[in-house]
Amino acid sequence: MGTGGIAAGGAEVIAAFKKELKLAGIKANVEEHCSMHKVGCRGLCAKDVLVDVIVNNEKVTYQYIKPDMVPRIIKEHIIEKNPVQDWAVGEDYHFFHKKQFKVVLSDCGSIDPEDINAYIAVSGYDAARQVLTSLKPENVIEIIKSSGLRGRGGAGFPTGVKWEIAMRQNSKQKYLICNADEGDPGAFMDRSVIEGNPHAVIEGLIIGAYAIGSDKGYVYIRAEYPLAVERLKKALSDAKKNGFLGKGILGTKFNFDIKVKLGAGAFVCGEETALIASIEGQRGMPRAKPPFPVYNGLWGKPTVINNVETLANVPYIIRNGANWFASFGTEKSKGTKVFALTGKIKNSGLIEVPMGIPLREIIYDIGGGIESGKAFKAVQTGGPSGGCIPAELLDTPVDFESLAKVGSIVGSGGMVVLDETDCMVNIAKFFLEFTQAESCGKCVPCRIGTKRLLEILTRITKGAGKEGDIELLEKLSKDVKAASLCGLGQTAPNPVLSTIKYFRHEYEAHLQGKCPAAVCKELLTYYILEQFCKGCGACLRACPAGAITGEKKKPHFIDSEICIKCGACFDVCKFKAVVKE
Amino acid sequence: MKVTINGKTIEVPEGTTVLEAARMLNIPIPTLCHHPKLTPFGGCRMCIVEIKGAPRPLTSCTTPVSEGMEVITSSPELEDLRKTVLELILSDHPNDCMICEKAGDCTLQELAYFYGISPYNPPLLKGDKGGFLGERRVYGKRDGNPFIERDMEKCILCGRCVKVCDEVQGVEAIDFAYRGFKSKICPTFEKDLDCEFCGQCVAVCPTGALTGKMWALRGRQKDIKEVDTTCSYCGTGCNITLHVRRNEVIRVTSREDTWNEGWLCVKGRFGYSFINNPDRLKKPLIRIKDRSNCSSGSNGLNKVFKEVSWDEALDYTSQRLKEIKEKYGHDSIAGLSSARCTNEENYLFQKFMRAAVGTNNVDHCARL
Repeated sequence: MGTGGIAAGGAEVIAAFKKELKLAGIKANVEEHCSMHKVGCRGLCAKDVLVDVIVNNEKVTYQYIKPDMVPRIIKEHIIEKNPVQDWAVGEDYHFFHKKQFKVVLSDCGSIDPEDINAYIAVSGYDAARQVLTSLKPENVIEIIKSSGLRGRGGAGFPTGVKWEIAMRQNSKQKYLICNADEGDPGAFMDRSVIEGNPHAVIEGLIIGAYAIGSDKGYVYIRAEYPLAVERLKKALSDAKKNGFLGKGILGTKFNFDIKVKLGAGAFVCGEETALIASIEGQRGMPRAKPPFPVYNGLWGKPTVINNVETLANVPYIIRNGANWFASFGTEKSKGTKVFALTGKIKNSGLIEVPMGIPLREIIYDIGGGIESGKAFKAVQTGGPSGGCIPAELLDTPVDFESLAKVGSIVGSGGMVVLDETDCMVNIAKFFLEFTQAESCGKCVPCRIGTKRLLEILTRITKGAGKEGDIELLEKLSKDVKAASLCGLGQTAPNPVLSTIKYFRHEYEAHLQGKCPAAVCKELLTYYILEQFCKGCGACLRACPAGAITGEKKKPHFIDSEICIKCGACFDVCKFKAVVKE
Repeated sequence: MKVTINGKTIEVPEGTTVLEAARMLNIPIPTLCHHPKLTPFGGCRMCIVEIKGAPRPLTSCTTPVSEGMEVITSSPELEDLRKTVLELILSDHPNDCMICEKAGDCTLQELAYFYGISPYNPPLLKGDKGGFLGERRVYGKRDGNPFIERDMEKCILCGRCVKVCDEVQGVEAIDFAYRGFKSKICPTFEKDLDCEFCGQCVAVCPTGALTGKMWALRGRQKDIKEVDTTCSYCGTGCNITLHVRRNEVIRVTSREDTWNEGWLCVKGRFGYSFINNPDRLKKPLIRIKDRSNCSSGSNGLNKVFKEVSWDEALDYTSQRLKEIKEKYGHDSIAGLSSARCTNEENYLFQKFMRAAVGTNNVDHCARL
């Protein structure tokens, strides 16, 4: 149960199971005959609440479970051994999982994240034990280097190389920071990993700290992730109690402790130098690199900053070997990547796929295609730093290099699917609103440049665009990218540039006063097709502005002067007589 | 470390920045947020340079040189980016240079001039009728403090004031607040500034955002005669520069190449109004009447005191000291000196009291 599962009613379902099992006389959580666990994120958020019932090693997964459905499941399935087929997941659930390959998420959704023994039972902390007792730091780095693991936070820097540089720094004090300041709109990969398997991240940190020679780690996590924070803190204290953290870990001479630092909600603090400033108690503003944190980081000491997913990969790589990990993915992008699949997609949720899988397979096979049969338009990857990839490029493999080539990025793993009812200018505007509001204000191109970009986009969506605005957007975007201080400004124009690149016609249509997707309010006109209007009066009653007139059973009429373009008439008309364009 | 900038090679110590190395070679790089006495900021992006092997332009003020580094400080691409940056700054600036205190002494104005950027017809953000497009920050509230005019609409957020307050003065009265376009430098909770008013922030501000309230409408830099002197407030003896217009001191600054590095305190920087004050004593006075017999006010003062020459005053003083010493003994006399005198003057004074008057009763106003 992650945050999403709880929001969908997971806690109530568990409570119902507990209550009903008791009523039915079955001792949950106690006997070997029947036990019940809450687990981390299962991935398929769209079908929440999901419940697995395992009787005699045969698993049946139920979807859309509500508390009132629990008695029937208990009676028919658990007691009478007759699974309730009506509520079981269908084929799409199996399709959702078929093309996925889970490394980071392999134990997420099957073990209880609040129970350290559940993690230990699935070989948890074996990798740390192996590293601490039988490997030298150089060996660990060699394994990570040859696995080909690259940073999952977005930049894709080889993790082993970063560790090696840090290891070679001649400093008594070094720091290892886990960056859990996931801030992209629509992204929930890191949150789900910490909520679903916090011990994997802790184990990754222990191994990383041993490799670089650090005795102090930080997890910089958003305060907006209360459940993740709670589970992480519990996991840390359990790990300490079990001797995986603290002094003399596992009987060796290695000491390591982890401190949790809560972020105060600034997107820019995901940038590593801003993150360091924030931990130091300064305002979260990035500083210029070089020098890179691995030479001069937290409190001026060599500091490695790794993303949650990167660290969660590490124990699995140590346990299964570098070659095993390198056998997935492409030549330059090894392993798997977790994505948060959202937007206009049927199976929205958390997925993990081998690097190099074509976008098409993610969207149509795993995601099940577009909701309510509408046409696919684009997929936005990489959040506010990424770009929009159009339908004709759906066969692009998902890896660091290929996505960069088409003007987007893998990023931290946000994937927002857009359909024909999404206006691309409006999407670019949405992301610019975000980056502008989250710019730290330090450098001119980002502070003022993104503001001007946003203003130009806003006037285009309002029908006030001018000739030359598209070229102006391109020129200013190029300059903001080139001149900005940190990754935020250097990538903020990507949504603008990629939408202009692939959907220039939509920009041009706006300049001519039309929004092809019928989204931009100022460019819309609502009218009623007389031949379809039955005169039912539903639109007339729904109109908050009194713009609709007409007698009963006769075609109605919208006065465009009075119309506020709220769309209420369009939504209520059962005969598709109201048209917007 | 050897570094090559625009084809010229120089050997510099480790830790030198590219900007410092370029300045050693007399190669100009435009800067706005950089200040040689403060830690590098890298916010204005004017000082970007191309470094061989780097994927994007880097700020020369923040980048340390490395062995064999090759740098180019000017190229069509770099100058184009600098122009865009300046244009963006000017698009959010009041551009009221004609009534700005800082006109003629403003780094932003200088750069706009050299890059040929007119706020009324910018090549990039061209609007209808040559006006500006886009929002400009407008702040209605005026800071009510007595010394420093804070016109935040002219602020380019270079951060120099924040750093000087923190790194040099150690006061931390101001900092960045808010995010994005709304970013702003202000005291805690946007209250009126309530610090020690040393005015270091005013001294380092590259635009007209921070000026002295007392300077307003008294004259701009081109009309001014600069007179170098020493501050008379305390024995520290900071070097100051009086800005004189029509024989009136209208502003005090300090040069960076002085021993006090251009830093001053509130008295040295803002406490100059006594110089031109009509009540200022310019000649010695001798009391001629007991004050209790006179009415108060300046007319009354004339009846109590008489203006005399220095010779007359000194003669009178030595005569009276002798009389008192003879009549009541040397320990009946005490001497009180001033913190506004120099060390040498204070030394002479105690020497005079001990050797000539013969008393150890010497004290100093700073101890009271």
